[in-house]
Amino acid sequence: MTENSTATIWHEVTSPFCGIASDDLTIEVNGNTVSVVENGDAITLAGFETPITDTQPRINGKEVTLEQAVSHIAELMTRSKHPLIAGLGTDLNGARAVMALADKGGATVDSYYSPAAFRNILVLQDSGYMTTTLTEVRNRMDVLVVVGSDIETSFPRFFERIVWNEESMFGQNINAREIIYLGKQPSGDASTSPDGKRAQVIACDNTDLPEVISVLRALLKGKPVQVEAVAGIAISELKALADKLAAAKYSVITWAAGELDFDHAEVAIQNLCDMVKEINATTRSSCLPLGGKEGDATVNAVASWQSGYPMRTTFNRRYPDYDPFLNDSRRIVAENETDLLVWVSSFNTNITPPKTAATTVVLGRSGMQFDVEPEVFIPVGVPGIDHEGRTFRTDNVVAVPLKKLRDSGLPSVFEVLSAVEQAL
Amino acid sequence: MLLKLTGGRIFDPAHNQNDVVRDIYIRDGRIVEKPIDGRVDEEIDVRGKVIMAGAIDMHTHIGGGKVNIARTMLPEDHAEAIVERTELMRSGCGHAAPSTLTTGYRYAEMGYTAGFEPAVLPVNARQAHMEMHDTPIIDKGGYVMLGSDDFLLRMMAANADQEAINNYVAWTINHAQAVGLKVVNPGGINAFKFNQRKLDLDEKNEFYGVTPRDILHRLSRAVKEIGVPHPLHVHGCNLGVPGNMQTTLDTIQSAEGIPMHLTHIQFHSYGTEGDFKFSSGAAQIAEAINKHKNITVDVGQILFGQTVTASGDNMRQFAGAPHSHPNKWVCMDIECDAGCGVVPFRYKDQSYVNALQWMIGLETFLMVDDPWRIFLTTDHPNGAPFTSYPHLIKLLMDKSFRNDMLSTLHPEAQKATHLASLDREYSLYEIAIMTRAGAAKLVGLADRGHLGVGAAADITIYTDNSDREKMFEKPDYVFKDGQLVVRHGQVVKVTWGTTHVVKPEYDVSIEKSLQEYFDKFHTQKMANFKIHNDEIVDDGRGSLTIQPLHKGGKL
Repeated sequence: MTENSTATIWHEVTSPFCGIASDDLTIEVNGNTVSVVENGDAITLAGFETPITDTQPRINGKEVTLEQAVSHIAELMTRSKHPLIAGLGTDLNGARAVMALADKGGATVDSYYSPAAFRNILVLQDSGYMTTTLTEVRNRMDVLVVVGSDIETSFPRFFERIVWNEESMFGQNINAREIIYLGKQPSGDASTSPDGKRAQVIACDNTDLPEVISVLRALLKGKPVQVEAVAGIAISELKALADKLAAAKYSVITWAAGELDFDHAEVAIQNLCDMVKEINATTRSSCLPLGGKEGDATVNAVASWQSGYPMRTTFNRRYPDYDPFLNDSRRIVAENETDLLVWVSSFNTNITPPKTAATTVVLGRSGMQFDVEPEVFIPVGVPGIDHEGRTFRTDNVVAVPLKKLRDSGLPSVFEVLSAVEQAL
Repeated sequence: MLLKLTGGRIFDPAHNQNDVVRDIYIRDGRIVEKPIDGRVDEEIDVRGKVIMAGAIDMHTHIGGGKVNIARTMLPEDHAEAIVERTELMRSGCGHAAPSTLTTGYRYAEMGYTAGFEPAVLPVNARQAHMEMHDTPIIDKGGYVMLGSDDFLLRMMAANADQEAINNYVAWTINHAQAVGLKVVNPGGINAFKFNQRKLDLDEKNEFYGVTPRDILHRLSRAVKEIGVPHPLHVHGCNLGVPGNMQTTLDTIQSAEGIPMHLTHIQFHSYGTEGDFKFSSGAAQIAEAINKHKNITVDVGQILFGQTVTASGDNMRQFAGAPHSHPNKWVCMDIECDAGCGVVPFRYKDQSYVNALQWMIGLETFLMVDDPWRIFLTTDHPNGAPFTSYPHLIKLLMDKSFRNDMLSTLHPEAQKATHLASLDREYSLYEIAIMTRAGAAKLVGLADRGHLGVGAAADITIYTDNSDREKMFEKPDYVFKDGQLVVRHGQVVKVTWGTTHVVKPEYDVSIEKSLQEYFDKFHTQKMANFKIHNDEIVDDGRGSLTIQPLHKGGKL
């Protein structure tokens, strides 16, 4: 940290706004104004630079003190028959406070990003997988297959940081890395190698991926395939991909589950994962599921170690009761099964609570706009800007420290929800 | 507040007290001298009761990525062991991979006051500490894992001098906030990334040309030279492979007198004799342990039933994956640092192999002479969940019970063991050595595991019962740092234990090459890798206890 009269410059700042959690950002802070000076991208710029507007809690639109807001939430929790704590854009200690409150208050917990996360979690719980992490990919990967995902829109620096680095630890020619898109086309050039080689694209609609993946797996296993094309892709083209995977020393299959938005995508992912296990009979291959931003990986991790289960667990009967379908927050809200929605969204002003008849409490990032003013709104600090924190990366292995960059006085989710829990 | 425990039978091997009747005085969390004026604020009559220091589990997988994968993976295993919330305790669950809260409560209820996570990956250390932070009552700590990390192997391939390796080891222990150093399948996890499927003690990693023997040598020397009390904690090559007893015997030889702890030795004591080509090597291994005083072991006893195996050894876990039950498993390569594998498993008493594993573990317990050099573990949850310790203690203390159990197992396995002829029964004193005094000495905890003046008042009080399982599963009282936390086997107060660490000195020049390495190859900055002391204190509940180094180590 170096200071001049007006601004503070921070180095090696971690971004919690993207699942790869780049930690090489340089950030300038001037009062409450934050600017990304180096290594920013569309996602981190929006994440860090969204200005603070409101700083005062409100009850039914009227400004109140934090203490009043907290005791009002505690009252609502006490009266509620089935509280739902959802959204869950928060950091480690925020997630701990959510779990403690849910346990005490008999609430159900679920994350905004669960529809994507559960496409992977269901596979873990049914058959498992072989995965790898970002630094392994950066140093070992020779073939990268991107399945159904335009990763550069959600993970803008993935290729720069993980794929097209200057050198690998094992003397690999970086330009020789093969990038193959299966399904979606990439929207930009991030996947083009430094020497100008464009990624190969084997295009199909994402909804055709289950079929395409099944055929690819069959080809890798040497099963006879009668048809000549599947979803418009020539079998010969898939066969060539299968051969590449079999010949590669360290292939990596990646997808952003959030983009595999079709019914039972988990089954297609399971097929991919089983295929990767089979490739490992002779050579090395690993999956790299991409996701985990804005506390998504963190809340699932904390829920698992504190309760044994990831998101979509209810404490309504005084013990953790996990059901990935019944405890889906979107379903609960749609079916009017909750009378109190506590919405936590401390990273992203655009992730606002769903429309619901239930009484709504929002712990939201300052600047959040509502169609319907919630009963309680508490503008909270952003982990990694307004207070220190820790967050997990997409690989669920590395947890990175988040810095406090400014002194906005906004409370953390941990502070607010711990106070609510104490008041119950 | 001065508390007096009156008239108990003291088993305190650190002070050679074997069933000695004396009073214990506690003030401010410590055991103190009898007050000069004789005034006490509270007295508990414990006449006739058995008193030991709180038990210490020196090898238990309670925190970190692989454990959490196991938790998330096994909803069906939790469903049979759901724990309701009480006024005092959080809800939770779990049998094979319990939630952190349940883990802490259950350990305390069995009279355990500390548990050590043996496989903390440097890049995952932050998570391990987060989970241990959420584990109530007991103290904790971790052994950080090196040996398959590319930084070390690069140093070794470049023939770095021992001083540089010592610096790196000390740096890692400091910044991962660890109390010891572990190596898992030395170099093997790394070799698996290059598609090598096995790595014997003298087999070279195909990229680095380094052998497991070299790695063991370098790391065990480093631990000794930087003064870390806990010897290098070794999960050897070829875990679970029939015939691996020879690797283990060679590993013991390779230590060349330097202290080395061989963990879950049961999984490394297999021969290849008999019709099943699988036999017990316990006798030879025990003989070698008895002979080599620099060697300590913990057993990693298996017990029958469902569990989950969670290990850093993804090379061996991948090989074992076809045996997963239920049929699901995870293997991971991790950050040019390590790996992990999680494979659920059910040990069956009518399986020849599993029955013999059970016998091999018990043979080892009974044939290693010195209870100061062998430790009671199931390698939780790999051999069995830690909640089976009282049952295991009964197997060790009660020959007729043991032989009754033995007679129900796979008949061919019974023929392959001479367990029935082993008459040894562990005494209470020996149990106190294995689970208290010896464990504290091994981990390097100066103020735990004993009942002398100045010790932390971690104390467990049992009613003597010839059914040792009943006795050890439900202590009458457990004190943690002087506070009564368990009464009649039930938690009555929830406290938060400390995290034990060591802080060996290193030369900061090591950071120059590390900085370069992180910048060039990693996806995280070196500064962000380091875990600061205040992260352990965290929300205020945590604390750090720095244990003293051995003489010879720089302070």
